[in-house]
Amino acid sequence: MNFEAFHKIEERAFYALAAALGLVVLIGLGAAHYMETHGHVVTGMNNQIVWGLPHVFAVFLIVAASGVLNVASIGSVFGKPIYKARAPLSGLLAIALLAGGLTVLMLDLGRPDRLIVAMTHFNFKSIFALNVILYTGFFAIVATYLWTMMERKMYGFSKYVGFSAFIWRIALTTATGSIFGFLVARQAYSSALLAPMFIIMSFSYGLAVFIIVQSFMYAWNGMKLDLAILRRMKNLLATFVGAVMYFTIVYHLTNLYFAKQWDFERFILLEGGVFTTLFWVGQMLIGTLIPLALLLHPTLGTRCKTVVWAAGMIIVGGFAQLYVIIIGGQAFPLNLFPGMQQSSSFFDGVIHHYQPTLPEFLLGMGGIGIAFLLTTIAVRVLRFIPQDDFHHVSKEMLTD
Amino acid sequence: MSNNVDNSQNDNEQVNSRRQFLGWGAAVAGLAIAPGVTLLDIAHGRPADEPASSKIRWGMLIDSGKCATGCDDCVSACGKENGFSGKLETDSQWIRKIELKDLRTGNSHSLPMLCQHCEHPPCVDVCPTGASFKRADGIVLVDRHICIGCRYCMMACPYKARSFVHQELEDQNPDVPRGKGCVESCTLCVQRVDRGEQPACSDACAAAGHNAILFGDLNDPNSEIAKRIAASATTQVRADLDLNVGIRYQGI
Repeated sequence: MNFEAFHKIEERAFYALAAALGLVVLIGLGAAHYMETHGHVVTGMNNQIVWGLPHVFAVFLIVAASGVLNVASIGSVFGKPIYKARAPLSGLLAIALLAGGLTVLMLDLGRPDRLIVAMTHFNFKSIFALNVILYTGFFAIVATYLWTMMERKMYGFSKYVGFSAFIWRIALTTATGSIFGFLVARQAYSSALLAPMFIIMSFSYGLAVFIIVQSFMYAWNGMKLDLAILRRMKNLLATFVGAVMYFTIVYHLTNLYFAKQWDFERFILLEGGVFTTLFWVGQMLIGTLIPLALLLHPTLGTRCKTVVWAAGMIIVGGFAQLYVIIIGGQAFPLNLFPGMQQSSSFFDGVIHHYQPTLPEFLLGMGGIGIAFLLTTIAVRVLRFIPQDDFHHVSKEMLTD
Repeated sequence: MSNNVDNSQNDNEQVNSRRQFLGWGAAVAGLAIAPGVTLLDIAHGRPADEPASSKIRWGMLIDSGKCATGCDDCVSACGKENGFSGKLETDSQWIRKIELKDLRTGNSHSLPMLCQHCEHPPCVDVCPTGASFKRADGIVLVDRHICIGCRYCMMACPYKARSFVHQELEDQNPDVPRGKGCVESCTLCVQRVDRGEQPACSDACAAAGHNAILFGDLNDPNSEIAKRIAASATTQVRADLDLNVGIRYQGI
């Protein structure tokens, strides 16, 4: 499509996209309202699986929000010009994804109307309370970072604010991973590995989201991505995917080292039904091995479409991974009396059942809708498209 | 003179009879008050405006040898006292009967499981707003005015002792307000304990003649619970977590 032809329909296309995303957001809010008025009894959650599908969506968006800022950090903190040009979009996506994730998390509370209580009562020993501070601080720092990048007078501060944002986002994802890592009661969690694992997961999911959004923006503007830039980004993405796989393997090997964890490992890796399938097919095959093969393939890996498909699969794999971690970790029963068979009316000693319901899914989708509605509007209002491509695109270096 | 002597004798008799009357009166009054004084002393009831004291550590000793399989008197009494049924899958269960079978020996046990009222409660550690808290006398509670329903405490509890209220509640006990969207758990029947009574489960177990649940002050060396814990081996569930729980088990 040529630019003039696109320009004619751009306004209509923007409003159509904004309306579609707005509808997704409205449906999500409707689902949240339905859950609040009827109570969590209309969800698949119960007193055994207390965090359900909304948490999978929320944690994915929050983790990806932190990771997507990595693109800006590589540019500002490590001085790579290709990434520096993408820093504004990276910052915008970070704010938008975090807003979407936190909205889902907040609307899934038993008492979302008490948000003000969560903002005014702090138990500083709680990782959750720490996260509230880290999330709000993240908004402030990234917004300041965007200001320094987009306001010429503030350019001089960009590197310092960028460095602060980098430190802050590492702390934020450490705390997100620690929400699980500090839970000593459950066999799936209680591991110091979870914090660094969440950091590397954030790098991978965040970059995958960035690549997809960037590709859509290029397509929207009738542009094509410079091959050298594409090659760098896809190699980095492959490195992150490999690192997530490494942490996943180490996590399970560590568990397998301790005899008391064998039952849990057998559950996740062999006998856990939907969780085992999601681990092997969702996380490992679709989210790790196929994307790695695509990204590292000498010819396929240099095609924009292939990279976008790989990024999409990494996102699908990310959801599968978080489902296994969050829901699978709760489905495995607590072992109160080792060596004894346990039974009770409260489902002691049995694998806990969870069947997500439509309102939970719609609430999660609403969060995604919020993230991309904010992005769409911001991109139209301000110039967030990576600028280098307007000046340095070279026909010879294009592919597909 | 003789009249004077008679008068003085009459006066003495009147004084003696007045003394006798006062003495008998005091004795009767003492007898009337004594049981109340004795009860107050035994039950440690305290005025409503007096805060809970850290000198007391309320706890329970549960003897699984006296707890019969199939008996759920404690569970029923708890439901009646605190106003929940536990009939739906998502309903709260503050206390439940766990049936245990030793996989090696085949030996079986039955015992009630409830909030263990830890000295170092993980639910209190993780609660973002401070809604989960521990009273000075060791009872772990949820302040339902500031509980936001995040359920992090449920993720952190090693005993699965907490429940989330999934729907609107009806026919509540005014002494035990509960609410949709908040987390709750066994309060050790704090409303009864503060009145100087025993928790409902403990009372019901004793009334049925099982006497498997002994409630009392773990800090008082003269209390029956403290004496029994000092005299016999007891178990803390998940003792590996070092939570120093207030609920001890015997016979498992």
